[in-house]
Amino acid sequence: MSDAPAVEMLGISKRFGPVQANADVNLTVARGTVHGIVGENGAGKSTLMSVLYGFYTSDSGSIKVFGQDASIRNAHEAIALGIGMVHQHFMLVDTLTALENVMLGAEPHVLLRKAEAQVRHRLGELMASTGLKVALDALVGDLSVGDRQRLEILKALYRGAKILILDEPTAVLTPQETEQLFGVLNLLRGQGTTILLITHKLKEVMRLCDRVTVMRAGRVVEEVAIADATLEGLAESMVGRKVQMGRVGDSDKPAGATLLQASGLHVVDAMGVARLHDLALELRAGEIVGVAGVSGNGQSELLEVLSGLLVPQQGRMSVGGRQFEARAWIDPRTARTLGLAHVPEDRHERAMVMSFAAWESAVLGYEWLPQYCRVGWMQHPQMRKATVDMMERFDVRPRDAQLLCASFSGGNQQKLVLARELGQSPQVLLVGQPTRGVDIGAIEFIYGQLRAMRDAGCAVLVVSSELDEILALSDRVIVMNQGHVAGELPIEHCNEKTLGMLMIGGGSATPATATTEVAA
Amino acid sequence: MTHQPLPRWADLVLLPIVNLAVALLAAGVMVWWVGQDPLEVLKVLLHGAFGTPRGLSYTLYYATTFVFTGLAVAVAFHGGLFNIGGEGQAILGGLGTGLVALWLAASLPAWLMLPLMLLAGALFGMVWAAVPAYLQAYRGSHVVITTIMFNFLASSLLVYLLVNHLKVPGNMSVESAPFADSAKLPSMATFLGWLGIEWPNSPLNTSVFLAVMAAAGVYFFLWHTRLGYELRATGSSARAAAYAGIRPKHQVMLAMGLSGALAGMVGMNEVAGVNGRLLLEYVSGAGFTGIAVSLMGRSHPFGIVLASVLFGALFQGGAEVSFEVRGFSRDMVVMLQGFIVLFSGAMAYVLAPAVGWAVQGLRSPAATTSEKGAAHG
Repeated sequence: MSDAPAVEMLGISKRFGPVQANADVNLTVARGTVHGIVGENGAGKSTLMSVLYGFYTSDSGSIKVFGQDASIRNAHEAIALGIGMVHQHFMLVDTLTALENVMLGAEPHVLLRKAEAQVRHRLGELMASTGLKVALDALVGDLSVGDRQRLEILKALYRGAKILILDEPTAVLTPQETEQLFGVLNLLRGQGTTILLITHKLKEVMRLCDRVTVMRAGRVVEEVAIADATLEGLAESMVGRKVQMGRVGDSDKPAGATLLQASGLHVVDAMGVARLHDLALELRAGEIVGVAGVSGNGQSELLEVLSGLLVPQQGRMSVGGRQFEARAWIDPRTARTLGLAHVPEDRHERAMVMSFAAWESAVLGYEWLPQYCRVGWMQHPQMRKATVDMMERFDVRPRDAQLLCASFSGGNQQKLVLARELGQSPQVLLVGQPTRGVDIGAIEFIYGQLRAMRDAGCAVLVVSSELDEILALSDRVIVMNQGHVAGELPIEHCNEKTLGMLMIGGGSATPATATTEVAA
Repeated sequence: MTHQPLPRWADLVLLPIVNLAVALLAAGVMVWWVGQDPLEVLKVLLHGAFGTPRGLSYTLYYATTFVFTGLAVAVAFHGGLFNIGGEGQAILGGLGTGLVALWLAASLPAWLMLPLMLLAGALFGMVWAAVPAYLQAYRGSHVVITTIMFNFLASSLLVYLLVNHLKVPGNMSVESAPFADSAKLPSMATFLGWLGIEWPNSPLNTSVFLAVMAAAGVYFFLWHTRLGYELRATGSSARAAAYAGIRPKHQVMLAMGLSGALAGMVGMNEVAGVNGRLLLEYVSGAGFTGIAVSLMGRSHPFGIVLASVLFGALFQGGAEVSFEVRGFSRDMVVMLQGFIVLFSGAMAYVLAPAVGWAVQGLRSPAATTSEKGAAHG
């Protein structure tokens, strides 16, 4: 067994038409290490990994895997070389069972019964040695996100992966699931698996990786051992300038008058499952209320109910001087007229019409305002001008109001949506996942804008699956579990452990038990 | 990243032209294969469609109907709905136009009668489309299925009414009594005659202007009014529209209602303009041709007008070819139409990567670098 590195990529360059996605990139990953690759969206990290996994062929450069020259032209060749990839969006068939998904395309026998038996046996061994437990006979569609990810890793290992590429693996996980994943990755590293971790979460890099490569604009700007790296230093190399992270600018004023009050909210979905259960909530002027919780515990429904998208079965709400009952619930347009703005969680499906030009989506929801619409006639010049103003104020790039919404990067889309919703100076602002898929540089800006809204006397509700985000923004935190408020804490009493325990329904557990729970 | 969307001009102009050329090429090969000279056939076809005032009149007469049915499909499509019921809505439109004419034409002057007939045709078409729309919006039955069924209902209804109530007793043919003169739309020959221009007699009538106005109206409605904005938002992303406070169910009703009204205007051309009475076959598949027209015209009114003229030319020129060229049956013309629908409609985007590749090769890389680079900033 030689000591050649697991992966050596030398002078990799890749162009897409006019875009230089990778420029002379060198990457060396030692065996049995976890190597982080960080960078903002479009920095070229995914392209580099796609070259390694055979999705793209590089224009120039060479690849060595375990010291052997390799020309990888497709995923099959990559798998044959022992490279496995877990994509951010899972490549699983929902209507097949977990076992069938692992087997798909790699059936060891022509008869399915025999193939299944063999795969089941092998998977049993793998699960025992790695601690990756998945119910093999469950339909993938019924599995949780964490289970699906474990299944993807199992699938890669089953196919003989000795080098595992993980693309943003924690983007969809709860803190507890993230802990479990890291446990597994540590174990795999101990067993000699080499792991490439693509991420933009620097904290995770600091915790898990042995070395890290920082990419910016298609180039490697830094490569260091974790022992020599700092969080601030990495962030700076990633963005190319100093960035403010974490909590800044606490409000010095106490919260003011109550601007939104909701109580007794009940939502039962079409399957008969209670999504919100007797939920009460109060938003006051000049405070940011963070809603933490494991995804799927009613946060999305809460946003939809408060913004008028979803009519609850029971409940009442008062906002903007008006009372609403479940049988005559607020609708989104009324909400806007009452100064209740909503930045939805789902940017692509809800917040914009992706096939519209920026200047058309920039008035979505406000297209009835007199400055945009006179006697039913859309005022295109005014709409364009308003869009240019929004782009100017929120630094949306490129500053092209004619460009299709789909052509903007996630961060710039989000800035445009925020510009639209904040532009009408709302009294109450509901924000779902303010920085999902957004670069560090833009995150800093978005946080600044939300704090500015609070300081201007707006009541802000932030729903986020990122605990760091909740901790960085909120003045008061509500933790949701199974559709009701599991706890409400002022920010001074919040940390990852207390919130994490409440999120998984642990009640007011002491920090000590929280630690053991997380470690297990 | 490898599949950049085409630039707008290439998508709207270049791609349809390339598709049309490929369709003609494929049809040419077929024509050559059955032993005819493709160029000769094309020459006869073009001459038949555009070469004489009479041929041109027929082309535009066919095109008028296709504009209405094409616009009908396009409006529904922008609202995210596939209206297959243009045929039935056009039948009902003709029925509305005709019934009002039979009922009132004897006592009202033309200036009042014709707008009334237009209104009645649009209203009948609208109501006929509103039923499937309601079933989709509030009862969850799919509009594609219901509109297809409503086509059969419409043609049965027409037959029933004609045979049992409208047919003139003692007359052998299944048709209503002729309308009074005030219910007849002036033909193009008459209209141009007023202006002192001589024009041969043909089915082409002044409803062609109505078609152009309808196309312009649809354009302004979709891209310049709030209702059109909300309709397109709903069609492109129903969830985003709901977020904006637009009620999707109302939009389904609006899109289908307008769509049906446009299809219903076919009655002005075929019933009021040409036949001057109600008979059995005045739509004869134009509702379905409208789907192809709308596909080819990329659901844009301007494109639909062009595609309608093309299909009108195929109908008229094709008839001429089957008459002039020995051994070239009408079926060959239908085949040619089939190729055009296939390449411009069903396979409209098959050639898009090739066109995109060619377009990108033509542009200088330096000019696009800054643009694309910025888009990723």
